[in-house]
Amino acid sequence: MSDAAVHDDHHDHDHKPTGIGRWLFSTNHKDIGTMYLVFSLFMFFVGGAMAMVIRAELFQPGMQFVDPQFFNSMTTVHALVMIFGALMPAGVGLANWMIPIMIGAPDMAMPRMNNMSFWILPFAFTLLLSTFFMQGGAPAGGWTMYPPLVLQLGDGFPFLIFAVHFLGISSIMGAINIIATVFNMRAPGMTFMRLPLFVWTWIITAFLLIASMPVLAGAVTMLLTDKFFGTAFFDAAGGGDPLLFQHVFWFFGHPEVYILVLPSFGIISQIIPTFARKPLFGYASMVYATASIAFLSFFVWAHHMFAVGMPLTGELFFMYATMAIAVPTGVKIFNWTATMWKGSMTFETPMLFSIGVLFMFSIGGFSGLMMGITPVDFQYHDTYFIVAHFHYVIVPGIIYGVIAGVYYWLPKWTGVMYDESLGKWHFWLSTISVNVLFFPMHFIGLAGMPRRIPDYSTQFADWNAIISIGGFVFGLSQLILVWVVIKCARGDGEKATDQVWEGAHGLEFTLPSPPPFHSFTTPPEVTDATAHS
Amino acid sequence: MAKTAIGTAKQLSLFAIAMFGFGYALVPLYSLVCEVTGIGGKTGVISQAEAKADEVDADRLVTVEFDTNVDAALPWSFKAAEFKMKIHPGQMSEAVFVVENHSDKPIIGKAIPSVAPELASRFFNKTECFCFTEQRLEAGERKEMIVRFIVGSKLPDDILVMTLSYKFFQMSDNADVAISGNKVVKTKS
Repeated sequence: MSDAAVHDDHHDHDHKPTGIGRWLFSTNHKDIGTMYLVFSLFMFFVGGAMAMVIRAELFQPGMQFVDPQFFNSMTTVHALVMIFGALMPAGVGLANWMIPIMIGAPDMAMPRMNNMSFWILPFAFTLLLSTFFMQGGAPAGGWTMYPPLVLQLGDGFPFLIFAVHFLGISSIMGAINIIATVFNMRAPGMTFMRLPLFVWTWIITAFLLIASMPVLAGAVTMLLTDKFFGTAFFDAAGGGDPLLFQHVFWFFGHPEVYILVLPSFGIISQIIPTFARKPLFGYASMVYATASIAFLSFFVWAHHMFAVGMPLTGELFFMYATMAIAVPTGVKIFNWTATMWKGSMTFETPMLFSIGVLFMFSIGGFSGLMMGITPVDFQYHDTYFIVAHFHYVIVPGIIYGVIAGVYYWLPKWTGVMYDESLGKWHFWLSTISVNVLFFPMHFIGLAGMPRRIPDYSTQFADWNAIISIGGFVFGLSQLILVWVVIKCARGDGEKATDQVWEGAHGLEFTLPSPPPFHSFTTPPEVTDATAHS
Repeated sequence: MAKTAIGTAKQLSLFAIAMFGFGYALVPLYSLVCEVTGIGGKTGVISQAEAKADEVDADRLVTVEFDTNVDAALPWSFKAAEFKMKIHPGQMSEAVFVVENHSDKPIIGKAIPSVAPELASRFFNKTECFCFTEQRLEAGERKEMIVRFIVGSKLPDDILVMTLSYKFFQMSDNADVAISGNKVVKTKS
């Protein structure tokens, strides 16, 4: 344990504010990180409940529980809630908690802005979810908000637009804070090439956020002025072009995919070396691969739009650019595998979830490559095949990464070990059900079942019933995570050591578990020996 | 240390604002790319003199089809006098359309053109068209409208048929019939 940590220990009890004010006015990166994570877990269940409605309706052909308009609202808002409410806040929450204690900083660079960027979120989601009670209902035109369909939304339309604005502002502020922290507040000796990979992936994610979120804000502002102020950006009657929206949207939308997935890559790059008891294979190549993925992500957006009628040269360009992203991604997959090669592996829950990411993200990656091939994409476009693809990337790719991180750092946060057998139950139930849930979607997609429909032809009935069962089991399995987290938060478990895991390295594991409220008030000295694993 | 962090944050905020502007810059950029490559399906406008300067390619015949549409909210009918015509590339041609207002009040409409196949649109130019301006039709009025166009002689050989399509949208913003383009009907009862 470093001197800094001992020194902090005795500050601990004087400075912690109490009551609701501790959370409302918090400027402490650990408390704000906790709030982000709790909010994200809550929204995960809100979005999950919508997915349950979708799967209940699709359990059998015909209309059973909801009307088609409400079904469309479910698919639309499920996506918005999961992307902006569950995944992004989870990533930012982990960044808040871990980045300062990973780089030896006392807190984030701008603690008050940090507080604001969190508290914007509940307001934004109040705006978005209140549309369910309005004339015209909640957004039902798809989360991609394509005009002219989205313009037909009733009173909820401006609420949708302003919710997106707020979410954008929140994440841009969070991203600025993260970059400002890492660029200016690293401990002496913590050079860029000694940063833990989770910090690296977050720097790159933050740059993606700052570059792409404002473009989305611009696109939805154009929608707003088209509807209310007589502009005609996307209105053919005024000389505009609805297709333009798709281009602008996906210019944001594709980098957004990497905004979601890169932090997850960072997390498993911390976890796999710990449980393989070997340093990460190819650290520098991991950094460069992540940066290349981010750079390329700005040149592939139109692969979401192959079916709109692009000229051949355009389709070829976007096809090859999409294929190119597979190269740096392949480098990462190779490095993780090579890290495990001949390691002394143990399979605690965080490691299981990380290996889950490795396997199942690759499945999603491969189906992504299939869709990147322009001529065959015409078969997959807007079918359940694409639904299978992006859910494989998001659920066992991104959510598993976040869950792995939670299990990995939970003993550090709370000071007690989580219940390992519950963790294993959570992993195996989730992994079996997630494949029952999403794998058959490939089959019905290839067979021609379109996405975003509340009813379907009877030949898809068997697989849909199986998919729904997988969905219900997966949804219920996530309650185990809540139970595990509550147990740890109540201090119910074995006392965790400072290092928590036998093979763990890095500054966060030099602090006590749980770390003091104010840590690294005197920066630690980082050498090659104490740097990342 | 805090000062440099604020400096970084300021630079990044400027970058974010610039990217917001970039989103808007994509609008003219998109039109420019469509214009240069001719992939937006938008037709061009040229002067009479420019049109005359083009050589007539008497060896080739190209079929031009006319497609007419009216926005659901506009109580007009709109038809081409001739469904299709055969022309030589480089030759000045004229097509006639018949428009009729079926409502009992005057309405202003505007026609938006597009050409398919998109690659042909760059060679499709007009010297005169009812789509250049807004058109006002009195209650029950029936009117013939013309378009003068020329298909450039540099049109690729493999294009034998092209379609000129128009859609009429309502422009007048009478509160009781307020509708423009694809926007939602909001009738205040």
